[in-house]
Amino acid sequence: MNLKFRNKKITGILTVLPENEVNFDDEIDNYDFSRAQSMKLKLIMGYGKRRVVKEGTAVSDLCIYGMNYLFDKGLLKKEDIDGIVLVTQSPDHFVPATSHIIQGKLGLKQDMMLLDINQACSGYPVGLNQAFMLLDQEEVNKVVLLNADMMSSKVSAKDRGSRPLTGDAASITIVEKDSNDSTIYGTINVDGTGAESLIIPAGGFKMPSTPETAKLQTDKNGNSRALDHLVMKGDDVFNFVQKQVPPMIDNLLSKANCDKDDVDYYLFHQPNKFMLKKLADKMGVPHDKMPHNVVENFGNASGVSVPTAITFNLADKLLTESFLVCIAGFGAGLSWASLLMKLEKLDFCEMIDYK
Amino acid sequence: MKEKIITFLTEIRPEFDFSESSNFIEEGMLDSFDIVSLVASLDEEFEISIDGTEILPENFSSVEGIIQLLNKNGVTE
Repeated sequence: MNLKFRNKKITGILTVLPENEVNFDDEIDNYDFSRAQSMKLKLIMGYGKRRVVKEGTAVSDLCIYGMNYLFDKGLLKKEDIDGIVLVTQSPDHFVPATSHIIQGKLGLKQDMMLLDINQACSGYPVGLNQAFMLLDQEEVNKVVLLNADMMSSKVSAKDRGSRPLTGDAASITIVEKDSNDSTIYGTINVDGTGAESLIIPAGGFKMPSTPETAKLQTDKNGNSRALDHLVMKGDDVFNFVQKQVPPMIDNLLSKANCDKDDVDYYLFHQPNKFMLKKLADKMGVPHDKMPHNVVENFGNASGVSVPTAITFNLADKLLTESFLVCIAGFGAGLSWASLLMKLEKLDFCEMIDYK
Repeated sequence: MKEKIITFLTEIRPEFDFSESSNFIEEGMLDSFDIVSLVASLDEEFEISIDGTEILPENFSSVEGIIQLLNKNGVTE
């Protein structure tokens, strides 16, 4: 599906990182790799440092911390917020929606729209597309997009496919109406037949968690997981990404009548270094236009990885300069989504530690 | 090219004799992480970037299959 928006812009991006840092080198013995293989994969995949929450921290805590930081710094006013879109797969509770907890604890006005979206790695472009749709309403002038996930606790310590890559984080993106007439182009695609490629089998209403679902089982590749853990069919996901993302971007650029070279940065979801380099090569995009350094520094925090790539790589530049950027996310669902838009002279673009 | 491929495979999984196997995948000699390591080595050695859509287990089941894949990606003997 192709989408188009006018008179809207992003005015600020903040990433909130948990203060707890785990290093791959300290975890090597957990995985069934030889030391030489671990060292090689570290370089290829980007295994390195990752941020994870301490036990007891919830998605709402990360979001509220970041929002209060913006209020305290005078970068956002409570009364200006007309809507919150929260994209997460790790809600505080099944009921109520986590956005309501955030609204209540922050003391925000009641005359606003709250929307919780269960999306994973495509969550940034999906959330932005939704936020732009809300801004089409006459009375909605400013929407806060919250992306937050803490899936590290849902990945088995003995899962070498997912564990060394998974991090936790939250981000806050402010989107608002604007008088400029530049067009934002978007796309959203889904394929529910691939739902089991990335899934946590137990813990929902279909298969509630029990002592049985918490038992570890070892697969043919030596990974041990329980039904309560995230299962990723790595081969399927890799091939889905390589197959679907390049044509999605070709279609997006063609709708915008834009050449690949005109794009200053390709700010993509950060699953791992290898996958991103392969994508860049297939698309004919220079590696320096597609940052791939989030996983090795912070881990992959699902939909938060795109705003993390922005705040980590472009923070200073985006306060004074203007760039045409292509944003893309892809993952569980399966789903894949993208945006082509200008990012310019943001009011803020930074990363903070949650304390 | 064949010797180079065998060398890389043996570096990755020294416990196996790759010249004796008819299907590396079916015989459990290579998993997806081994394939990633092998692709990285082949990319670097032959100064190519193997197309991401071709990184499928079936393309890495034998030395002949890997040679075919390299040929497809512009590497000649």
